[in-house]
Amino acid sequence: MNKRDMILRTRFPERACHWVMVICFFLAALSGLSWFFPTLSGLGAVLGTPQMARILHPFLGVAVFLALVYLFIRFVKYNLPEREDLAWFANVKDVLLGNHDKPLQIGKYNAGQKILFWGIMSLISVLLLSGLVIWRPYFALAFPIPLIRLGLFLHAAAGIALILLILGHAYLAFWVKGSISGMVTGYVSRAWAKSHHDRWYRQISSKPAKGEGSE
Amino acid sequence: MSMQSQDILKRSATSALTPPTQVRDHKAEVAKLIDVSICIGCKACQVACSEWNDLRDEVGQNVGVYDNPIDLSAKSWTVMRFDEVQQENGRLEWLIRKDGCMHCSDPGCLKACPSPGAIVQYANGIVDFQSEHCIGCGYCVAGCPFNVPRISQEDNKAYKCTLCSDRVAVGQEPACAKTCPTGAISFGSKADMQHLAGQRVEELHGRGYANAGLYDPQGVGGTHVMYVLHHADRPELYHNLPRDPRISSAIHGWKGWMKPVAAVAFFATLAGTLFHYVGVGPNQVDEHADDHEETKA
Repeated sequence: MNKRDMILRTRFPERACHWVMVICFFLAALSGLSWFFPTLSGLGAVLGTPQMARILHPFLGVAVFLALVYLFIRFVKYNLPEREDLAWFANVKDVLLGNHDKPLQIGKYNAGQKILFWGIMSLISVLLLSGLVIWRPYFALAFPIPLIRLGLFLHAAAGIALILLILGHAYLAFWVKGSISGMVTGYVSRAWAKSHHDRWYRQISSKPAKGEGSE
Repeated sequence: MSMQSQDILKRSATSALTPPTQVRDHKAEVAKLIDVSICIGCKACQVACSEWNDLRDEVGQNVGVYDNPIDLSAKSWTVMRFDEVQQENGRLEWLIRKDGCMHCSDPGCLKACPSPGAIVQYANGIVDFQSEHCIGCGYCVAGCPFNVPRISQEDNKAYKCTLCSDRVAVGQEPACAKTCPTGAISFGSKADMQHLAGQRVEELHGRGYANAGLYDPQGVGGTHVMYVLHHADRPELYHNLPRDPRISSAIHGWKGWMKPVAAVAFFATLAGTLFHYVGVGPNQVDEHADDHEETKA
């Protein structure tokens, strides 16, 4: 397909940030799982020895947080709740079955993606705060032990919840063909945009053609 | 490396389906009995501990109390805690407690530890850190109901009293018990120590300490370091010795129900995505739909 028929959906800095974050998250999540499910302790090997994994895990987590701060600033305006989101919820069954007959007035992100956005942003905040409380040798010494216990509990719970959300995110990107190439190249086809994000497609089509979708 | 040991009752971060080597289990449970009423606070046990274990903590500051060093550390595995307490009758009591690992039957440190085999409990009841497997996360610090483990700033590993597991393994008593000049520290089988404690408590009752008793808290399954206290009804007088120590419910939740819940959630998510993809099929857009519409129009 020629680039004229394609729409720029995600710019280079956002794409680069996304994929760097994917790598950091992958390493932090696997090492985290190695401690949560000790039977899977071999997963920590993605960061070398268990000792090295323990040292690197929090730094990778902070990298994910910083990447998400950037993506939050870039994407928050497309992820605010709108009246049109109700149509998506009302037709969630058709959405999951892949039926695109009805136009659902979907903006740049659909209601499910918005939930994912806010879920990720709140869970990473819990992970950052609880992670600081339990981070040795730098910060944990400053906190009382009962607070560290709470931190450990919340960090594990939020970590598991975030990994589950990201599994869902990755699956849906794999399921909706064109999404992953969209995040790799930045471009999606007009048909893709029209089918999955009809309102966003109308908005960018009505603007004078600049060859760009976002902004 | 540690010596081959085949008498491990519990091993940190290890599934019950893959238990540790535990064939040499024909062992008596041991215990150290510390009779607080006999202790004179001479700190010979602290010195013996440093001597036997080749530890030399940094020389600290005198902060105006007898406690020295002021707290347990990665290189001070036992410290005397001094408390001045005024009783109801106006008399001053100087309560001295030798603090250190209690070697719980249900150790919170071992429950919290995420590194397979970094904390073990031998068949004789001793809870021991296998420091070469320690990753320095400090979960044991949070797991312990007695605030005992300390992480070394030098090597990022957790340390605490070993109950001289190396000495006990060859039939000797711990260095602190060996050196105590007043006989306040006894060591032997747990049953013998409970018997001895009973005699001591009786004697204290006779001397007017009506609330004397044995401290062997059942909330952690009993301990392998026990105290004879003259005020067993108020253990908190002895530098906040917990009245009913238990593993915190946050640790229980995190290491207990959260794991199966998370495992089910993972399987459900993965199964859901698998069946969704196989059932619904890939979500593809007809790239020529546009041309088609335009032709119609």
